[in-house]
Amino acid sequence: MNSLVFRLTLPILFGYLPLGMAFGVLFTTQLDYAWWAAPLMGVVVYAGAGQILAVSLLAASAGLLEVFVAMFVLNARHLFYGLSLLRQFRGAGWRKLYLIFGLTDETYSLLTSRQRSHDSIHERNVDFRITAFNQVYWVIGCTLGALLGRNVAFDSTGIEFALVALFIVLTIEQLKALGDAFPVWAGAAAAGIAMILLPPAHQLIGAIAIVTAVLLLQYRTVRATNAENESHV
Amino acid sequence: MSETVYLSVFIAVAAVATFATRIIPFLFFERHTEHPLIKHLGRFLPAAVMALLATVFLQRSGDWAATVPGADAILAGALVVIIHLWRRNALLSIATGTAAYMLIRQTDILEIGFAG
Repeated sequence: MNSLVFRLTLPILFGYLPLGMAFGVLFTTQLDYAWWAAPLMGVVVYAGAGQILAVSLLAASAGLLEVFVAMFVLNARHLFYGLSLLRQFRGAGWRKLYLIFGLTDETYSLLTSRQRSHDSIHERNVDFRITAFNQVYWVIGCTLGALLGRNVAFDSTGIEFALVALFIVLTIEQLKALGDAFPVWAGAAAAGIAMILLPPAHQLIGAIAIVTAVLLLQYRTVRATNAENESHV
Repeated sequence: MSETVYLSVFIAVAAVATFATRIIPFLFFERHTEHPLIKHLGRFLPAAVMALLATVFLQRSGDWAATVPGADAILAGALVVIIHLWRRNALLSIATGTAAYMLIRQTDILEIGFAG
């Protein structure tokens, strides 16, 4: 099972190592705190954009209320992720808390896109390992970056494109599984609108709010059409 | 507050705020998993979010001040789509696209090509 999980999560390894290292390098070069606080954040916070924002908040010695609000707003997109995983995580027992804790953009993408068999105990086990593998990659990245600091030698410029490529591949897979292109176009359009109207820090949450509103409207229309058809029968 | 205490409390607050965003749906919607609206969102939201993440991060990885704005990201992204529709092998598509993007970024091959 582990080799299957490793193959599934390999693109995330390529994305998380450089991104985690970027955070680690940023942490040790911008701040005077001990290096191990960087991997510690990878263990207990575990949020890419959130941790990078945390570096600037630490540098500014931000107030704790401000820290809470900033981190909550930046990660608010996760509020929407749980909605589509309510049933999938049901019955996962003690693993459920960890599955929820580890719900990053990338883990969410893998968990909602991969092929599933009818053996739900086995599938939940795979979900759990995917989540754990991804966090291990992230913590290794944070640790390497914090230790290497300014002395990074390998020219890995551009390797973070692995995450973009992963999102593209998963979009195609979702499209094929769903057989309906509407949510894909709605998502891309919502992203376009958010990128035009909002500053980068709020684009993801803005786009997710827009596309959720669109899906709600679509739901109402579908329900109205169904009710009308039934009344004609 | 000493530096170490501030850092410890800071990390705890950041961890709680992040975890809160992830657990809230499970706390408040757990009893409504059979509701048609939740089912509708569960079915369509992942595809929409994936397309949205792909769009936003593709835009962010592009150099929009280049001779042909965003050509680095668009070419690499198009390569991922073509390879994936052709072979439908996720690792192959991702590896090819990433290698192409790294080559473009590290060698300035596009700027030389378009300018020359």
